[in-house]
Amino acid sequence: MLVPLSWLKEYVDINVSAQELEKKLFSCGFEVEELNEVGKDVSNVVVGYVEECEPIPETHLHVCKVNAGSHGSFQVCCGADNVKAGGKYPVALVGATVYATAKDHKTVEGVMTIKKGKLRGYESEGMLCSGVELGVSEDMFPGAGYNGLLVLPEDAEVGADVKPILGLDDWIFDVSITANRPDCQSILGLAREVAAVLDQPLKEPSYEYHETEVKKDGFTVSVTAPDLCPRYIGHYVYDVTIGESPLWMKRRLALVGQASISNIVDITNYVMLEQGQPMHAFDSEYIEGNAINVRRAGDGEKITTLDEQEYVLNSNHLVICDGKKPVALAGVMGGLNSEIRDTTKAVLFESAKFARDNIRKTSRALGKRTDASAKYEKGVDEYSTVHAMKRALHLIEELGCGKVSSTHVDVNTGNSIQPREMKVSLKKVNDVLGIDVPEADVLHIMKNLNFDPAIAGDELTIQVPAYREDMDSYPDVAEEVIRMYGYEHVIPTFMPGAVVTTGGMNAKQRKELKLKKDLCTTGAYECIHYSFFSPSDLDLLRLPKDAPERQAIRILNPINEELSLMRTTLAASMLNAISRNQKKGNLSGRLYEIGKKFIAKELPLTEYPDERETLCIGVFGEKESFFTLKGMAEKVAESLYVSFEYIPAKKSFLHPYQTAKIVCNGTEIGWMGKVAYPVAEQLDLRTDAYLLEIDLKTLGQLPCGKASFEPLPKFPGESRDLALVMDKALTCGQIEECIRNSCQYAKGIKLFDKYEGAPIPPTKKSMAFTVDFVPGQEPFEADSVDHFVKKILKNLKNQLDVDLRS
Amino acid sequence: MSESFGEIKQEIMDGIGQLANSKAVYEFKKQFLDSKAGKIGLLMKEMKNIAPEERANFGKRVNELKEWAQQRFTELDEMMRAKELELRYESEKIDVTEPAEEMKAGNLHPITQMRNEIIDVFSGMGFEVVENKEIENDYYNFTALNTPKDHPARDMQDTFYLSPEFLLATQTSAAQIHTMEAKKPPIKILCPGKVFRSDDDATHSPMFHQMEGLVVDKKITLCDLKGTLDAFVQKIYGEGTTTRLRPSYFPFTEPSVEVDVSCFECGGKGCKLCKGTGWIEILGAGVVNRKVLQNCGIDPDEYSGLAFGIGLERATMLKYGINNIKLLFESDIKVLEQIDNN
Repeated sequence: MLVPLSWLKEYVDINVSAQELEKKLFSCGFEVEELNEVGKDVSNVVVGYVEECEPIPETHLHVCKVNAGSHGSFQVCCGADNVKAGGKYPVALVGATVYATAKDHKTVEGVMTIKKGKLRGYESEGMLCSGVELGVSEDMFPGAGYNGLLVLPEDAEVGADVKPILGLDDWIFDVSITANRPDCQSILGLAREVAAVLDQPLKEPSYEYHETEVKKDGFTVSVTAPDLCPRYIGHYVYDVTIGESPLWMKRRLALVGQASISNIVDITNYVMLEQGQPMHAFDSEYIEGNAINVRRAGDGEKITTLDEQEYVLNSNHLVICDGKKPVALAGVMGGLNSEIRDTTKAVLFESAKFARDNIRKTSRALGKRTDASAKYEKGVDEYSTVHAMKRALHLIEELGCGKVSSTHVDVNTGNSIQPREMKVSLKKVNDVLGIDVPEADVLHIMKNLNFDPAIAGDELTIQVPAYREDMDSYPDVAEEVIRMYGYEHVIPTFMPGAVVTTGGMNAKQRKELKLKKDLCTTGAYECIHYSFFSPSDLDLLRLPKDAPERQAIRILNPINEELSLMRTTLAASMLNAISRNQKKGNLSGRLYEIGKKFIAKELPLTEYPDERETLCIGVFGEKESFFTLKGMAEKVAESLYVSFEYIPAKKSFLHPYQTAKIVCNGTEIGWMGKVAYPVAEQLDLRTDAYLLEIDLKTLGQLPCGKASFEPLPKFPGESRDLALVMDKALTCGQIEECIRNSCQYAKGIKLFDKYEGAPIPPTKKSMAFTVDFVPGQEPFEADSVDHFVKKILKNLKNQLDVDLRS
Repeated sequence: MSESFGEIKQEIMDGIGQLANSKAVYEFKKQFLDSKAGKIGLLMKEMKNIAPEERANFGKRVNELKEWAQQRFTELDEMMRAKELELRYESEKIDVTEPAEEMKAGNLHPITQMRNEIIDVFSGMGFEVVENKEIENDYYNFTALNTPKDHPARDMQDTFYLSPEFLLATQTSAAQIHTMEAKKPPIKILCPGKVFRSDDDATHSPMFHQMEGLVVDKKITLCDLKGTLDAFVQKIYGEGTTTRLRPSYFPFTEPSVEVDVSCFECGGKGCKLCKGTGWIEILGAGVVNRKVLQNCGIDPDEYSGLAFGIGLERATMLKYGINNIKLLFESDIKVLEQIDNN
């Protein structure tokens, strides 16, 4: 919210600098996001008196002798048509900064520094300035809008800084207002806080006005949707003369970026800015049926708003209607049909309170956000509703632009705007804070904040102003006290009253962290990807139409389609990460993510979905293979004290012959494999990539071992190499299993060589294994291992038709 | 009789000069000193042909020759080995300025590192770690946290909805409610989690991480909040670090505060990091709102609490000087390898 210092000063005497006020506001809960001096780009511009002014022949220029008081007298060349001897104008001295303008003399093109120059052979020391060059508009200073020199008042002191004269010495605070303080969404609201924090009285503006005898006969207001409009105040104003607003009003509006339109419209805007209460003025001539009705719109009902946009409404929207038709979209914008024109002779002022939720929904649904709707969304209190109308009527009289009739209609639900009494225990207030704030300070603070406090024993009684709807119980009082008393009084203590508790991670969390660290030891980097993904990711994975992964939970209001589904697999995010890396020239690497996939029990959601912790690994580069990834899978198994089996499988996005499902204790817990070539091609991958996904939630529910110590064998073991010849279809796993089942002492079984080709027959292949035999409690006999080998070979022959290679 | 002593000696002396390496030395030495076929050994076999009275002398001379030869060969061998070693070393000369062989372990994600660091600190203070749900119920995310349907605070957060009832958690604060429903005070929890808001620019990501802290016990005060957070920032940012509380607003705490930490870059003097203010905003906190306790069936007149929420991205970006939040989610290896495990 923009707040000019000069406007604040209307309601409270400010005896500190703008910077100090910024600090005070900050300390009591109002962060000033920006503090800008109005004339921050203008410097060294003073009142210049043109003593002589001669035309330069054959040009539009004049050469002037400018008296700048204590700064001296200078020769200045000037191209403006309104320069004349005896006039006072702003003169930018050499070294001054002003705005540079385009050739049209109107468009600002940055800031320039004035240097000595020569025009048509004439020395020029300085520049006489226009309003635009000083950043002053017509609304801020009369005559400033002229496309020529800004004419200063005759009584301006020669050589004096022009900034105070033109109001450029003002400051604009951009204050951020927290959602609990809608009462501070106005200059006056903030002035109340400033008064409290500076220990100054608040000077309320005048709410006085005089009603004439005139009445608008038969005029009625009805509210048929009181749930959406708890209060509606209308007042009829006649003998209206549309015209310009006075300079002080135009200037204030201009300072907060509000263009002046006409006196009546300006009054509504001014009151909204000052009081925080949106107001509307209808041209009463266009109010048909001598009536106002506040009701829900009919389905398909249309309205054209002031900005000439047409909207089709439904019963969720609230409209202000006359006897026949909607004349305003409640709380958002007035209707074009009843807008104030130059010819307007009578006006109906509206000051109303609308349900904030309804205004928000309407504003969102129609994509129409106005200053009024923003105020309503945050909340407008009835205190302001009442006072804003009074203020507007006062301004009608002050500006002399109309007469206040005695037709005043107030439809309300009976809410009082009187202060409500609240009693709290001082001890409880102090218990929240942990310190004892002296009673005198509590009284002083609450008094400054208009709570009219009294203390009797432990009981603090306050009168809560109607605009403080946020005040509910003693913690609210504690907050009011401490924000004014100062947070520096809060001393650090370390829960002396609390019970000692044990902290830290649980077993599952520790296990997950260990898994992450173990994966890092394989050279993999942990990634974090968004929990959402794109429908196109499902297509990237070539998932069939009926794939369970396609049953993803949809976000109703996603940022875009790319981020519209909750992940049902982590594979697509990993593929995209690999692709991004490769595009940046990182052609090899190992990545992993532990994230959740979301499995809905039912769509749309009616209960919490299953959030499944999932591990996804992606490796890519020339050195990677199915087996390097398998090594990482084994690392996972080792980290979690489980063992995996790998069974050939198929996945729509993986290589048909380099893919396995991963099984643990007979339960399928994941898959791994090489990324299929069409997928790799679609992602422009330049090196092969391999993916793995393991459902950690399922895995976590399976039995697992733990770190334990096994005594080392007492007796030496023996190793044998077995070169075997077998049918090509046999797998390494089958051979290993057969060897393991043949001999309980065969502990380590490791493939160390593979061979195909002559002299092996074409239908066969050779595989060579090292088998470690480890003795148990007794040492091996001299020929034990030979016997084991014989038995193994016999079983291999009988079960799998495997021969020892000759 | 075979060669004379002098001839053998001469032969050895002549031959030694020709030998190129220790292997040749060994072979040459064998010709003379091999116990069976060596020329000196063979001299011993002559013994039987020597007159008995000269045998002692002969034997002595053979032994002398043998010792002499052995000594020569040992010297030669040592010299040869030394030379060969030198040659071998020379042949293995390397350029030590060539690049190292990579032996890199990967890294935990910067967010995980920050998260672990914070968990470590609060674990020591007795906070247990609980997990959050990413998909939340409207009641837990808002209503129970004193943010009913028409509450303006809902505007502070642009919520992703999945159904009228379910949404993506906008804050980890729902963990407060789940915890307080499940157990009674004393409660000290820390809840790291992913949260979501419809916001996407250089400092906002639609998904980000928060760390919620909650204490509920008897006589917990705003001073305890300050003390707890002071202890936290001193562990994370160093001994001299202090916090500054300033008023703010969250529906689920009252009073609510923003917490600034004295700038750990400049120590509070003012620098680029703290934008000249000497303070850096790091978290929001407050005294738990009575209504929140009530919503969870905890008597607010008996118990009170403190709560805080730390934005992990911000903490991480500040710590490592990362200037764009997007870098945290792009998985660029060149970025991830820079943030080493701590």
